[in-house]
Amino acid sequence: MLLHALMVWCLNKMMHHYSGKKSRQLLLSAFTTPATLAQLSIQEWELLVRMLRANKLLASFAARIELTHPDLKIPAKVAENFQAAQRLADYRKKLVLWELNRLNKVLAELDIDVIVLKGGAYILQGLHMSVGRLLADIDILVPKQDIARVEKHLLAHGWQTTQHDEYDQQYYRNWMHEIPALRHHERFIEVDIHHTILPLTSRLHPDPRRLFAGAVAVAGYDCKVLSTYDMLLHSAVHLFYDAELNASDLRDLLDLHELFSLFSSQDVQFWKKLEKRAVELELQRPLYYAMYFSKQLFNTEIPTDVLVASKGRPLYGVRVFMAYCVPLALLPENPDYPQKKVAFIRWLLYLRSHYLRMPLTLLIPHLLKKSKSRLQANQ
Amino acid sequence: MKIKDIPFRQLLKAAHSRAGLCIDFGMCVVRLRSRENDFLQALALLYQDFQVVEGQFIDFHIDMQRPVNYRRWMQAQIVFSINGAKPFDPFPVSHALPLFEWGLNWCIAKQGHHHLMLHAGAVEKNGKAIIFPALPGSGKSTLSAALALRGWRLLSDEFGLVRAEGGLLQAMPRPIPLKNASIQVIQDFEPSVVLGPLFPKTRKGTVAHCQPSTDSAERCKQLVKPAFVVFPQYQADSQTVLEEVLPHYAFLKLASNAFNYEVMGRTGFERLTDIVNSCICFNLTYSDLDHVIARLDGMVSQ
Repeated sequence: MLLHALMVWCLNKMMHHYSGKKSRQLLLSAFTTPATLAQLSIQEWELLVRMLRANKLLASFAARIELTHPDLKIPAKVAENFQAAQRLADYRKKLVLWELNRLNKVLAELDIDVIVLKGGAYILQGLHMSVGRLLADIDILVPKQDIARVEKHLLAHGWQTTQHDEYDQQYYRNWMHEIPALRHHERFIEVDIHHTILPLTSRLHPDPRRLFAGAVAVAGYDCKVLSTYDMLLHSAVHLFYDAELNASDLRDLLDLHELFSLFSSQDVQFWKKLEKRAVELELQRPLYYAMYFSKQLFNTEIPTDVLVASKGRPLYGVRVFMAYCVPLALLPENPDYPQKKVAFIRWLLYLRSHYLRMPLTLLIPHLLKKSKSRLQANQ
Repeated sequence: MKIKDIPFRQLLKAAHSRAGLCIDFGMCVVRLRSRENDFLQALALLYQDFQVVEGQFIDFHIDMQRPVNYRRWMQAQIVFSINGAKPFDPFPVSHALPLFEWGLNWCIAKQGHHHLMLHAGAVEKNGKAIIFPALPGSGKSTLSAALALRGWRLLSDEFGLVRAEGGLLQAMPRPIPLKNASIQVIQDFEPSVVLGPLFPKTRKGTVAHCQPSTDSAERCKQLVKPAFVVFPQYQADSQTVLEEVLPHYAFLKLASNAFNYEVMGRTGFERLTDIVNSCICFNLTYSDLDHVIARLDGMVSQ
């Protein structure tokens, strides 16, 4: 009896090891040193699949492994899960490509500049990281003076608004960098139409005209995509100045890691040019964070002197705070052992993200209004 | 070890523990954690011939727990959570079993894209499987239950799972949810049928689950080749009429009624083409269960 109790206690303790640090380590080494996957037990595989799935990374992880380690022995059950996730991601990619095709056709009639952002752009450019990447929607950027025309034109061609609440509509139009998402009534993919890359109320104000000036054409499309540097900077600013920095944002950091690795190998002057462009767009701080955390979590090859010399490097205290909080918030937890510490840190970073998005005089009434309508919805 | 061979107290202990109760359903292993003893008792009855396993890869981590608010005690509710996420609104605690069944189906439909998932019942006898694709209300659950009670192996009453590689049918035998009048029909048809508790006022009316046979549960990992596709339509007081249909007609009906035909892309098209080309496909109108079963028995004994 006593022995049994002791064994149960020990087993619990052993399993408990997978609660914090160890489960995060499992996920990170799956990305940084995939060769070690060969030694995983079936329970470790299971936990890895669970964490990847919860963060919508299962399909893109499977695609990475297929590309870089095609000979890796994967347990049959895991392979099944990989296959199923990849099928779904391929299908969604097909839907996104079709939506891009339709958008391209309809927007070409307006003769304005349209830039496809983020995931859609990775697909259009055929970047290998777009394989298996689950897309929720398509983001496009159009000049501010044209946004009303774009919206009207799309509404006339079968797209419909997805926000029916008057307050939300006004909120988007007054303060955000985008209008409420549209969706074609016969299709599933939402289209977010932006006129700049950060909320109007944000602390940073990159000039969208510079983005349009640098945009590059895509073969077979009238739409364009951002230049290499702007693509990276947009991804960085989105993650560190617009997102709430929880586990579902880990994918964005992984994008950054891939973009850094890909583009830095193509140009010896890459880091210098990137820093220069960040200064032009006033995005040094998000670039610093992107470089710092990509290197910290995914071992991205970024020269240390680039980081130290970065003009976006924050004060020591801020660096320590972010270096502690961001990895904890971004990395998924073992779903069986959620930690209070992590929930608290995510809450802090949630507050930070809102603080960066708008001044308190706007933020507080907005949050009050939101929690009130949430309460009413619950009753 | 089978669920029925484990003392109920021990099952409860497992379901209450962190490690949970792991059940092998053939195509997937589910880890269930719950403290609802009434629910677990019904579950243990309906799944009595399924294996409890340890140390295997778990596909679905399902918790059935009460919410952390006053609805824990007052007008108590139950929450279905999968891998820590809660995709549905809570149910009244008394309806935990239908919620679990429905939730598990949802999980399979959402993640099972290594199969072409037809919305169909499926049964097997003499190594020949019949797929019953149909819309709700056509009587496929009742028909599947009646066949299962006459010695056919139940593959599924809901999912015709066609493996992406090879095109064989994967069994997913589960308790068959009989709705409203079907409950009495099946009880009259086979008085020895084992039914779970009666759940009144679900979204589909009154529901009772019919226990899958020992044979169906034991052979849940055994794949089988589809031999017939039968589109059933219950019609009161009608004769049993089996009318052969052309492959392209069957193809369209199967594809438009599948859960993931589009997600499967080319593979979906190929598997379905194989099925309609290798199977004989029928439209079936029926009202008398004994009569239709005799006809179907005849088809698989040739």
